[in-house]
Amino acid sequence: MANKELSLKELEAKAKEIRRLIIEMLAKAGSGHPGGSLSAADLVTALYFNILRFNSQNPAWPDRDRFHMSKGHCCPLWYAVLAQAGYFPKEKLLTLRKLGSILQGHPDRVTPGIESASGSLGQGLSIALGMSLAAKMDKKDYRVYCLLGDGEVQEGNIWEAAMAASHFKSDNLCAILDFNGCQIDGKCEDIMGIQPLSAKWLAFGWNVIEIDGHNMQQILSAYNQARAVKGKPTVIIAHTIKGKGVSFMEGVVGFHGRAPTQEEAKQALKELAE
Amino acid sequence: MSEQFYQRDVYGQTLVELGARDKNIVVLDADLSSSTRTNLFAKQFPDRFFNFGVAEQNMMATAAGIASCGKTVFVSTFAVFASGRAWDQVRVSISYNNFNVKIVATHAGITVGPDGASHQALEDIALMRVLPNMNIIVPCDGPQTASAIMTAANHPGPFYIRLGRPKIPTIENKGEFKFGEAQTITEGNDATIIACGVMVSEAFLAVKSLAQKGCKVRLINMHCIRPLDNAAILKAAKETKLIVVCEEHNVIGGLASSIDEIVAENFPVKVMRIGIRNRFGQSGEPEDLLKEYHLSSLDIEKAVLSNIS
Repeated sequence: MANKELSLKELEAKAKEIRRLIIEMLAKAGSGHPGGSLSAADLVTALYFNILRFNSQNPAWPDRDRFHMSKGHCCPLWYAVLAQAGYFPKEKLLTLRKLGSILQGHPDRVTPGIESASGSLGQGLSIALGMSLAAKMDKKDYRVYCLLGDGEVQEGNIWEAAMAASHFKSDNLCAILDFNGCQIDGKCEDIMGIQPLSAKWLAFGWNVIEIDGHNMQQILSAYNQARAVKGKPTVIIAHTIKGKGVSFMEGVVGFHGRAPTQEEAKQALKELAE
Repeated sequence: MSEQFYQRDVYGQTLVELGARDKNIVVLDADLSSSTRTNLFAKQFPDRFFNFGVAEQNMMATAAGIASCGKTVFVSTFAVFASGRAWDQVRVSISYNNFNVKIVATHAGITVGPDGASHQALEDIALMRVLPNMNIIVPCDGPQTASAIMTAANHPGPFYIRLGRPKIPTIENKGEFKFGEAQTITEGNDATIIACGVMVSEAFLAVKSLAQKGCKVRLINMHCIRPLDNAAILKAAKETKLIVVCEEHNVIGGLASSIDEIVAENFPVKVMRIGIRNRFGQSGEPEDLLKEYHLSSLDIEKAVLSNIS
């Protein structure tokens, strides 16, 4: 069930397409979280189209790799990627956040391809740890990936999970930390300092890889390195820019949780044009 | 009432039985495995047991992740931590996902005894009862604990099973355990007592004493709080006109509230509540605490006699 690998150029184009979908969905929904969806777009695009083993026609395939988005507010990104990967028709994207939609404001298992709900921050790394423990019990070789926000690591539950994953030597687990430096109320370092991030994960017994989270080559190489490491889980600390790809959203805290207006969306789509 | 058992001993033994039968059974604990008795399973099946240390939130959410891969996951710790400490993890990761996680919480209620207020869960039923998808069983004795655990293993979806700390008497002649069906232990039409957990044996003493005074009381063991046996409650309301509810839990949000809601909507009769009223617990021996908090058989008897028409 390996998926066809895309070239770096194709991946970059795919990520741009995903970003356009995110803007369109959010503009239509009228609410949601563009900043973190755009900052993690390259990381999740590369993962789904060149790394992850899945079958969108059989979402429950037992041997699939697992992906869980712990920072659930960035689900517009997840939905765009899942639609592109064939889990459901692209037209569904425009139902985001509407009554009865399969695309809820935060992840819900009603969406094909979504393994677990999220939205209350800090729990997702534990969910992913559970999946990785199940893989080991069943002697299966699937891997588990979990996307974390940087503000999210202020949650104590993250560090409980970090301690446990290293204790259980969960080398089939790879956390991806979208380090864009912003959270709702401001810059992470002003609200509640999270640095030194790398040293924290190292101290908890993790393999740490730091990359530019917008460089496809570095992203792919990090996923491959993580796969090769035995005896401990890996965290990829991806330096990213909040709102990446849309000039007036980049690094702007205000776009953490505000959808673009129609006018802003038009401008954003122009910038993200092929 | 003859034999006495620790419910948690029965729990541990039942887990071992289940584990031998079903490779999909996985058990988690948070540094209390010798108290909850999941250590019995750990000894037999070390590859399917995980100790999470003192980290209940992580344990609950991890249980959800394991369950998402097709496992039946039993998770144990003390009731205060299972319900209170990790409530949001239970809400979002277990209940909302509707995963196959069975929370078996021990050391519930005031009869925890000497450990005192921080360790006496008096609000756990309330916390679990408001969660959609969550099934709740409060077994009344040792043998019923085994039935509850087996039932949870055989029914998909999340469960909260509430067990006590002390050894408690076995209730005889209560009939077969059926999920969602209350057990009528004594028949009578003068009043109904509805109880759960250790309070069933306390209520049974009250019923026997009342019988000597010529008062025939129906005693119902409401082991399932969700799904609740509405029919048994309404039948009692119609036939006996007085219901006394007994639980070692806050009178708000637990079994009494469950019954109040059904009765108020369908057939209003007087419902008296024997439970903890706006107080935390404290240290003491279980029997002394039952008296101090007005949960003893004498208190139950008094409640029946002073409200009977």
